[in-house]
Amino acid sequence: MLRREIPIFLAMIVGWFMVGEFFFPWAEAGGTEVQQMAVIITAASVVLGVANVIRINLLKVSRREKDWQYAMLLLAGIALMGFLGTVLPVVHAAVHGGAWKLGGFGLAGITSGTLFDRLYNRVYVPLSATMYGLLAFYIASAAFRAFRVRTPEAALLAVAAIIVMIGRVPIGEKIWDGIPLLTDWIMNVPNLAAKRAILIGAALGGIATGLKILLGIERNFLGSD
Amino acid sequence: MKLFDPSRFPIFLIIAILGILTVWLIWRARRGQSLFIRKIAGLEAVEEAVGRATEMGKPILYVPGIDDANNIQTIYSMIILGHVAKMVARYETPLIVPICKAFVMPLAEETTRQAYLDAGHPDAYNPNNIRYLSNEQFAFAAATNGIILRERPAANLYMGSFFAESLLLAETGFQTGAIQIAGTANIHQLPFFVVACDYTLIGEEFFAATAYLSREERLVGTLKAIDYTKVIILVVLVVGTLLASFNINFLHEFLNLE
Repeated sequence: MLRREIPIFLAMIVGWFMVGEFFFPWAEAGGTEVQQMAVIITAASVVLGVANVIRINLLKVSRREKDWQYAMLLLAGIALMGFLGTVLPVVHAAVHGGAWKLGGFGLAGITSGTLFDRLYNRVYVPLSATMYGLLAFYIASAAFRAFRVRTPEAALLAVAAIIVMIGRVPIGEKIWDGIPLLTDWIMNVPNLAAKRAILIGAALGGIATGLKILLGIERNFLGSD
Repeated sequence: MKLFDPSRFPIFLIIAILGILTVWLIWRARRGQSLFIRKIAGLEAVEEAVGRATEMGKPILYVPGIDDANNIQTIYSMIILGHVAKMVARYETPLIVPICKAFVMPLAEETTRQAYLDAGHPDAYNPNNIRYLSNEQFAFAAATNGIILRERPAANLYMGSFFAESLLLAETGFQTGAIQIAGTANIHQLPFFVVACDYTLIGEEFFAATAYLSREERLVGTLKAIDYTKVIILVVLVVGTLLASFNINFLHEFLNLE
């Protein structure tokens, strides 16, 4: 029983305090304290995350599961970045006073110009940008499906989308100067009305979920009754 | 220092109305009065998706978004995960849960473990299927796409707060032929999910999931309270528009709207 009741009680106390902090300015300082506690707990949870990644991928390598080589590469990456970012600075501080360099790059630490920083900015950042860039092709393929006119609703969607697309580029105004105005009307009237309707519903859903948790009505995340 | 921040009065009013309606409707539901909930196709399809994956002998992928646990959508996603995991446990189908934020991982682990326990199949729970991938958005997207392409789940459920990675995930899932159900309150990602998924829970439908799946009177009462509050907001919007059109600013001033 205590395993469920204590977390619910704690969630209610902290939750209601934060709700109060939102409405009563005199409680703001206490709210900031609680938020700082949350930041510390969140930072500590990264250890759990890394432990999970290492455990799962070590298992994959030791069992020689399919594509175990990728798991090996991942573990090597974690080991290298962990070593450069955390172990090396400690060793460096203990045994070496001056600059510690290899091929012009600082070896210890995570600040600008260090090997850690270079690896992050020259390996991870371009890979991340590539993933983001791929989105354009995914949008094209998804749009192709979305604009297939099969029903009257799909036809309406396709017509509205074509008007908005043409109205957003300079050629739209050249074809007919009313297209940008029509585009603005579509975006600011029917589109915005629908968006706000969804937003009101979602906001109420969010508030209600918060209330359910704070009142102890929703406790399925701690197991069933 | 002010005792109460007057600029936040409208929100306070909505919470108060919602709270009172919730208590009243739960009381009504407990007295045995039936409260109607309209059919939500996306939620009906969850069981179908689980059944299909079981028949095909393939896993189910549940992505709880990429936001941290301070987002209400992530917390709600954990609640839905509990229901899905309970369903999955009965069929003993593998459930893979990729995690983007480290803080969410223990929540997902505990929720899933408890659900398997509640379903009476604690042995079917595999802790290796709750996988923390990366805190970075596109690293997470790449790793999840890798899971979709390598392990070929028969059903992909995207429930929670998503951003630019939504289409990357959903389109990859579409290409593998999996049945896909998405739910989010992030408006800008809804079109992507609508295009690439079989079913999409739009905004409030996402927050209706547990009431719909469990039909517990307390949860159904809360769901109806949201509907009634929406009616009140709609009336206030219409009346406020009419009053403002005639330059009568009583409501505007009462609600302290800037």
